[in-house]
Amino acid sequence: MDIFLQQILNGLVVGSIYALIALGYTMVYGIMGLINFAHGEVVMFGAMVTITVISALVGAGVSLPGPLLVIIGLLIAIPACMLIGFTIERIAYRPLRGAPRLAPLITAIGLSISLQQVAILIWGRNYIPFPPILNHDVITFLGASITKLQIVIIALCLLIMVGLLTMVEKTKLGRAMRATSQNPAVAGLMGVNVNSIISATFVIGSGLGAVAGVMVATNYDQAHYYMGYMIGMKAFTAAVLGGIGNLGGAVCGGILLGIIESLGAGYIGDLTGGFLGSNYQDVFAFVVLILVLIFRPSGLLGEKLADRA
Amino acid sequence: MTNSTLRGKLGIYLVSAFLLAAQPFLVGGFLGNSWVRIIDFALLYIMLALGLNIVVGFAGLLDMGYIAFYAVGAYTYGLLSSPQFGLHLPFYITIPLGAVCAACFGLLLGTPVLRLKGDYLAIVTLGFGEIIRIFMNNLNQPVNITNGPQGVNLIDPIHLGGLTLGKTMEIGSLSLPVVYLHYYLFLALSVLVVILATRLQRSRIGRAWVALREDDIAAAAMGINIRNIKLLAFALGALSGGIAGGLFASFQGFISPESFGLMESIMILAMVVLGGMGHIPGVVLGAVVLTIAPEILRDTIGPMQMSTFGRMIVDPENARQLLFGLALVVMMLVRPAGMWPSKRRALEFSDAKAKARAQKG
Amino acid sequence: MAEVLLKIEGINKRFGGLQALSGVNLEIPKGAIYGLIGPNGAGKTTLFNVLTGLYMPDEGSFTFDGHDLFRAKPHKVVAAGIARTFQNIRLFSEMTALENVMVGRHIKSRAGALGAVLRDPRTRAEEAAIREKAWELLEYVGITDVADDLARNLSYGHQRRLEIARALATEPKLLALDEPAAGMNPRETDDLKHLMSKIRDGGVTILLIEHDVKLVMGLCDRIAVLDYGKRIAEGVPETVRKDPKVIEAYLGVAHE
Repeated sequence: MDIFLQQILNGLVVGSIYALIALGYTMVYGIMGLINFAHGEVVMFGAMVTITVISALVGAGVSLPGPLLVIIGLLIAIPACMLIGFTIERIAYRPLRGAPRLAPLITAIGLSISLQQVAILIWGRNYIPFPPILNHDVITFLGASITKLQIVIIALCLLIMVGLLTMVEKTKLGRAMRATSQNPAVAGLMGVNVNSIISATFVIGSGLGAVAGVMVATNYDQAHYYMGYMIGMKAFTAAVLGGIGNLGGAVCGGILLGIIESLGAGYIGDLTGGFLGSNYQDVFAFVVLILVLIFRPSGLLGEKLADRA
Repeated sequence: MTNSTLRGKLGIYLVSAFLLAAQPFLVGGFLGNSWVRIIDFALLYIMLALGLNIVVGFAGLLDMGYIAFYAVGAYTYGLLSSPQFGLHLPFYITIPLGAVCAACFGLLLGTPVLRLKGDYLAIVTLGFGEIIRIFMNNLNQPVNITNGPQGVNLIDPIHLGGLTLGKTMEIGSLSLPVVYLHYYLFLALSVLVVILATRLQRSRIGRAWVALREDDIAAAAMGINIRNIKLLAFALGALSGGIAGGLFASFQGFISPESFGLMESIMILAMVVLGGMGHIPGVVLGAVVLTIAPEILRDTIGPMQMSTFGRMIVDPENARQLLFGLALVVMMLVRPAGMWPSKRRALEFSDAKAKARAQKG
Repeated sequence: MAEVLLKIEGINKRFGGLQALSGVNLEIPKGAIYGLIGPNGAGKTTLFNVLTGLYMPDEGSFTFDGHDLFRAKPHKVVAAGIARTFQNIRLFSEMTALENVMVGRHIKSRAGALGAVLRDPRTRAEEAAIREKAWELLEYVGITDVADDLARNLSYGHQRRLEIARALATEPKLLALDEPAAGMNPRETDDLKHLMSKIRDGGVTILLIEHDVKLVMGLCDRIAVLDYGKRIAEGVPETVRKDPKVIEAYLGVAHE
């Protein structure tokens, strides 16, 4: 039973990070009907930039409390990632609006590869350790353990998600976003500047991605130029699981996927009589993705899937 | 056709046949045998790209896990013709078997995704490819099947009786190194695949694929069985990938999961798309360019940096990949129909562009 | 009355909460031009889509020429002998006019992948026959001059005709036309009328959805009227024209 609880807790931590990234996919999909294949790279840059800033500060002998250092790192990483997201849309998507659907997919893959290579140029091919500035104290809870840091991650994710949902429901920008996702042409006629709404969507999604990237790096204590691919795939799966284009769905999908994955990895050995081990953890996301798309392509909370999907 | 144009055409065919036959000697003589090896790979990629072109170019199904079929073919050959299980089955069993296995995997992938289109299909096929790779990577325990990340070693070359492609062959005073022998085999097979693909395209089946790509509802309303025609595309594409995989294993003598990653899938997709989707000469061009260009870059990026800056600033491998990524972006922005599109497709894209411009204005 | 070719009974189709078709009955006699009319949103195209296998009906029965086609897949419907055109023309835009019609021969030919790559004499003969038949059909609808043009470059009227030729290529017993005259000028409509008569005289039954009531009244042997997913009238044009329910539906009198 304590293994069960432990896996649920682990899943909750990873899942709330997936949810944060999934929001980036789902917002872009909601507005443009496109899967932003380069989003994982934005997450990776968020992690890398933050680590670099923190390491530089620590190296320069700045002695500040760990959390404050992370916040400074984030304050630099978030705008950097927003800029990357903005550029991605400008280069890979905007010129190709109305082009056959394969074209933006290929440009996004091209940008994704390019961003990885730029990351190698800057940070090399090795794993970059997260500076040991954060408290990893463990709290034991009904036989399962969780670090304080992980609790902060979960809380922060929930806070950000609630904030985003409120923003989309209540503010003028949010209203314009919803209008654009319903019908860009009509939104345009109603005086919504569709181009800037699309840019804003990319920028906000990338900001969330930056925060998620830092959480991944703190949780695993490292970052790597290739980390964006796998985490991006999983977050995308989460978005699909929840119903792509649906913000609440992305949140539920993320948390659910995190838990499925972690329970799966914990029990796969027992389930297959020891034939398959936890090294198959990454398979779960793909299997979930395939199953959802086959049996309930609209996702858990999604409405009817658009014809083009 | 008049007699003189017929003669001219025949002349062109003869000259190109001669050049293709003499190629290993020319390339090997001037640039060295490592370049012949690169050309051998270009031929393998032609087979792969033409196989994927059936799925993506003809039928319009965006498959990003195509490399999985190449892997299935390669592992079938590798496991059955190597010391791994002590089996040394001949190629005329393992290559067809690998092709059939790959086709079965094609059906296995195709059946659940019949309802998916576009980006969704792309991402599910990508996931499928990853699942295959993860299994290859991990099926070394508790029972060792694939030998895990270490891969399979000492795979038999293609051989028949005393004849083997695994060592230099002496015919009279002519000596044919291994890479030359494979060149001729791969060339023959590539030509065969080009012919088969062309024939398929200009057939009832090929028309049904294009109809499916253009408008699946109208295609169904014309009595085309959408399920079967999609599965046929997946299976035939996979078949071609499986054959290329077997050839790869025999040529290389070694396979590991690393050769079958996502990047390879993207590479083959890029050959199809940048070459000119659905246009066989374009796809062949795409395969050749995307095999050769990186090698040229590999040979030039380093020395160029040394001569300009006096030291290495950017790791050549890194620069090569970066250029590849940027090339994908730039090509799609500048020539979205590819380097050598069919005339029709070129028109379609320029129309789409004009329409987009009109909307903006 | 002549032999019944198509008989549908009690067809129901719901989309979520919307009852698109409720208990629709239809009997189409062989050799007729049968009109299906009704105001916008009456369920005409839905009925068409149910008939041709694009939508699955919820209840009902559907027999055509001795085949049970209830919930049959589109290609089965075509194989049984029903071909259709679309309200918003759906041609294979990147194929030439001739190739579009050649696709229509798919169901009447057999060569598989093996035949395609071997190009054996039988496959070649079949391919030649497909091409010949496609050409004949282009001749039949009168658009051979654009045979090698891409479908999307054809004029509107030509596209309509091409769609009919493509449907005829499946050698249907029933040709279902979804608003073929929409967007045509009077001359084109007149030509179309002649074409439809010619097709009927060639032995093909026609089911015609049309907005243009005048065209339907002048051309059809029998007419059914749909309103709000229900069949409100059926009969020869003279009776239908005078039916108060039809007048009401069209004039919108006293509709709540």
